[in-house]
Amino acid sequence: MSCNLGVHLVHNALNLTLLEQAPTRKGYGEGLLEVGEKDPRVMALCADLTESTQTHLFAKKFPERFIEMGVAEQNMAAVAAGLANYGKIPFIASYATFSPGRNWDQIRTTICYNDVPVKIVGCHTGVSVGPDGATHQALEDIAIMRALPNMTVIYPCDAVEAKKATMSAVDVKGPVYLRFAREKTPVFTTIKTPFKVGRAEVFFESRGKPDVAIIACGPLVYNALLAAAKLEALKIKVRVINNHTIKPMDEKTIIKAARDAGAVVTVEEHQVMGGMGSAIAEVLAKHYPVPMEFVGVQNRFGESGEPNELIKKFGLDAEGIIKAAKRALSRKAVIGPTLRRA
Amino acid sequence: MVHLHDKKIKFLEEKANKVRRSIIEMLVAAGSGHTAGPLGMADVFTAFYFHILNHNPKKPLWEERDRLILSNGHICPVQYATMAHAGYFPVKELLTLRKFGTRLQGHPHRGSLPGIETTSGPLGSGLGQAAGIAYGARMDGKKFRTYCLMSDGEHDTGIIWEGVMFAGKYKLNNLTGVIDRNNIQIDGVTEDIMPLEPLKEKYESFNWHVLEVSGHDFEQIVGAVEEAKAIYEKPTLIIAHTIPGKGVPEIEFDYKWHGIPPNKEQAKQFLHELRTLGGKIKSEHE
Repeated sequence: MSCNLGVHLVHNALNLTLLEQAPTRKGYGEGLLEVGEKDPRVMALCADLTESTQTHLFAKKFPERFIEMGVAEQNMAAVAAGLANYGKIPFIASYATFSPGRNWDQIRTTICYNDVPVKIVGCHTGVSVGPDGATHQALEDIAIMRALPNMTVIYPCDAVEAKKATMSAVDVKGPVYLRFAREKTPVFTTIKTPFKVGRAEVFFESRGKPDVAIIACGPLVYNALLAAAKLEALKIKVRVINNHTIKPMDEKTIIKAARDAGAVVTVEEHQVMGGMGSAIAEVLAKHYPVPMEFVGVQNRFGESGEPNELIKKFGLDAEGIIKAAKRALSRKAVIGPTLRRA
Repeated sequence: MVHLHDKKIKFLEEKANKVRRSIIEMLVAAGSGHTAGPLGMADVFTAFYFHILNHNPKKPLWEERDRLILSNGHICPVQYATMAHAGYFPVKELLTLRKFGTRLQGHPHRGSLPGIETTSGPLGSGLGQAAGIAYGARMDGKKFRTYCLMSDGEHDTGIIWEGVMFAGKYKLNNLTGVIDRNNIQIDGVTEDIMPLEPLKEKYESFNWHVLEVSGHDFEQIVGAVEEAKAIYEKPTLIIAHTIPGKGVPEIEFDYKWHGIPPNKEQAKQFLHELRTLGGKIKSEHE
């Protein structure tokens, strides 16, 4: 392999067949348990999805700090706001289409405007939720969470990072939105891989100046790595960034990537409208505009199917990312020199 | 039944009269806001801030304070006025209501004014927050009580009933709800817009202890709050029957005054009436 992995990742990270697979929600469950042991203020609330959201680990160990809310996501947000107002650090978990989908008003007013430390855990995000179909595939949650003042938005790339993100969320003073996936995805980071809220990490760097920067978040970071390896084989030099914290954005790393590569591809399992790519575009339009391509869901709902079938259909696989990178590169050839002359 | 000393009742009546005058003054200065609800709840707020609450206006973040959560934030002029008269901030600051740079936001905001426990405005979200505070306090063995003041109209929302179920399930006996049962909301009379009755039985069937009082009778209000403290198995709801616009005959019972302020002419008239009423309270008890 001629590439450099930018940070410490698992051995043979690019060899998919050798990797362990685990859902990111599992990392949440483990992280919550561990941080619950360390910090007695931590509580967990769940809206009738305790095992599915992996909150059951905490609930079993700390029954006195777990509250079963029933199917009442609005009240779950409000009760958590009250608990946080009093001095607790509650995590509220459900599927993201319900929380933050159904209870956005309560999150806005009682959590964000109140500025109290409730950690919102949105599980079952993206089309990879699979057979349940579009009703349960959250594709708009990043947009509605990142638009809220005081909110931090984190979308970890694998189960190991999900655990770190969950534990780090307690150290963030205000509200945090944590985004997780249902399906098992490759575990390619380790406990040694750096993770800091608000800092994007370079996960892949070709030798020399990159031709294109791929900025990804969530489990699709892995597809971005696969795409990068294939692009490199085509003599296209790539930098891949794991942009796990969508808000606050690590502007420095993002602007540097645009400046170094001159073309950017964003990758997310979310609507392209209002998602991570939009957040990147907001930064780059202001500081360093370059041709951009947006890999994501293009203004439509998901559907039933196997996760891998849907990832392919929606163009979120390595092939889709490669195509987007090539489009970005071709636009760079046309627009780039014009921009530079100006 | 609680018996308040005559002097105490006179003291509370005079305070409530001042609170009502402040409400009119601040609304006319603001040029927008709600009139009927705040006037109707002046006695209940006065009872809380001048008798019921264990609080310290000079130390609004004192950990052991009772929590008063206002769920229907739009009646905040009455809360602001009562808090100012209780010593949380200067009474003259009331005239900044809704103005640029004010701590008295159009709907109350926790981050703006010390003593405001929760941000509110979007209806229905107060009860869940109050229940969360009560739940956390009970976990830690805290002795303070949490009160949630709600409107009747906001019982149209689903989240209120989620909160009612929750507090009933977890037997939050340190939580007391108070409904301002004034029978009006923006579009008209509650029983026309979306009937709430039988409200008492609804709450009872959700495992709450329910009391009904006149929201203009200090002995009844205080008595109900005291009774709630003795209920160990359930949260308590106090349905406070109030007259919207109470104290100003032109406003009383008229739903059209729900969401508008008086103009200058009207304000002059209303203040005159309230001052006369204040004089009567003084002489009656002397």
